[in-house]
Amino acid sequence: MKKDKKPDMNRSYKWFVLPIYAFTFFFVLGPLIYMLILSFLMRDEVWGVTSTFTFKNYLDIFEPVYLSTFVESLKLALISTVLVAVIGYLFGYFMAKLSAKWKKIMMMLIMIPFWTSSLIRLYGWIIIFRANGTLDTILMSLGLTAEPLKLLYTYPAVVVGMIYALVPFMILSVYSSVEKMDWSLVEAARDLGASSMKAFWTVTFKLTLPGLLTGIILTFVPSMGLFFIADILGGNKVVLVGNLIQEQLMKVHNWPFAAALSVALLLIMTVMIFVYRKITKSKDLEATL
Amino acid sequence: MKNRTKLPNIYLGVMIALMYLPIVLVIVYSFNESKISSVWDGFSLRWYKELFRDSSMFEALMNSIFLAFVSSFLAAIIGTFGAVGMAKVEYKSKGIVEYVSQLPMMIPEIVLGMVFLTYFSLLNLPFGMLTLIIAHTAFCIPYVYMQVKARLVGLSPSYVEAAKDLGASELRAFFDITLPLVLPAILSGMLLSFAMSFDDVIISVFVTGVDVNTLPIKVYSQIKTGVTPKINALCTLMFIATVLVLIISNFVGKKGKVDNNEK
Repeated sequence: MKKDKKPDMNRSYKWFVLPIYAFTFFFVLGPLIYMLILSFLMRDEVWGVTSTFTFKNYLDIFEPVYLSTFVESLKLALISTVLVAVIGYLFGYFMAKLSAKWKKIMMMLIMIPFWTSSLIRLYGWIIIFRANGTLDTILMSLGLTAEPLKLLYTYPAVVVGMIYALVPFMILSVYSSVEKMDWSLVEAARDLGASSMKAFWTVTFKLTLPGLLTGIILTFVPSMGLFFIADILGGNKVVLVGNLIQEQLMKVHNWPFAAALSVALLLIMTVMIFVYRKITKSKDLEATL
Repeated sequence: MKNRTKLPNIYLGVMIALMYLPIVLVIVYSFNESKISSVWDGFSLRWYKELFRDSSMFEALMNSIFLAFVSSFLAAIIGTFGAVGMAKVEYKSKGIVEYVSQLPMMIPEIVLGMVFLTYFSLLNLPFGMLTLIIAHTAFCIPYVYMQVKARLVGLSPSYVEAAKDLGASELRAFFDITLPLVLPAILSGMLLSFAMSFDDVIISVFVTGVDVNTLPIKVYSQIKTGVTPKINALCTLMFIATVLVLIISNFVGKKGKVDNNEK
């Protein structure tokens, strides 16, 4: 009976997977392969590309002008990621220790800004940071500063914007990791005489590492691409790899170089995921949603 | 041993306050009479009125709703059939196709935007709503797919078997049994997709044409050029819409869980 059914089953489910096969092939795999090809092609004089194979685009990344952007962007990503990790880890950890009722409330409170347009939230920071804005008013009325700090269009403003945009990812992945943890292991360590600090570092931290690392993967590379944060909060003083890619695509029309930069970003991300798998010995990232 | 200090709770409270501060400020200043956002000149609905008079803004809003609706709908169809089918077929290519189809969720948006821009121009597709829909559908599919896949895992196969034993065809069993059971997952995946599409700036900036604006693109260019308090009013409305969508999705999600518990 079962054997009779099998061909029929396969036939109808073949049609089920057809759309996702076709879409993935044409609009995900195709574009990615084209990016890879493009990154080895030569740019044409004015517009488009010529079909000459070259490594020039990758070598161009090491040109001082572009390299400094890349390094600056990496530096900003590193600063943001470290801060996001500290802030988000503490938040996720404390949150997982709350009562069930408060966990639910906290989750809702995090999800609302998380789903709110990132532009709205950035716009709020403009109001805070601009000269004589909220922050200046508060600081000056407290007598902490004599004159406006004019933080808008500065490096710190961009860092705050990055942290603000990315910290929910860290919170959610750390939280999910801490939630899954077996607390009796911590108790066992304490019973065996470990100080609470020692118990944290040897047990809790190790067990929640997948969450922390997932959060880092979800913040580090994306933070190099969030060009609109650098645009809106940094004026044109902060230039990210994302801004560079956008500029190469839309203004300079050097698509092969933009493709090479994108491949470089993906490579960094791939390496990070590889390291993640080595450390945690698991295939999947910690679930965040 | 239990909570010797209140420090953790204070920390959580302060962080939540900081998270909401920018949003609250935007909402408060949207009712400000003054054009300068650092001065409070009294309550007024002036900016809302101006917003509603702005037809280009309205057009951008309509574009965004249309785009988010069509992309999440397409993603629901492709993602649902995909997840159900993938659970049944045994192709060798299955693993790799599944992996690649989920990539748009992992790849940084900037790279995705760049990739779509160059590929669409290679295909000579006219930049505009069509390219927006394709790109948005691509990053929406994983949200539906993951939700449906997770729901299928928790589903007992005996329902479908019972239906087939009673003579239902594979297709009939899908539409009568599987589909209603995974519907909550499809809906919550669609809502996530809708929110993602509605909020997207980076990818849209790359794949839109000159004459098609989505709301985030419009807001982005307005924030960049010159700020008018109209943006405050618009942001407030967008915030309210988001909260509503979230409440609905929470409701749908809960309904799904109740169904699950019954079994």
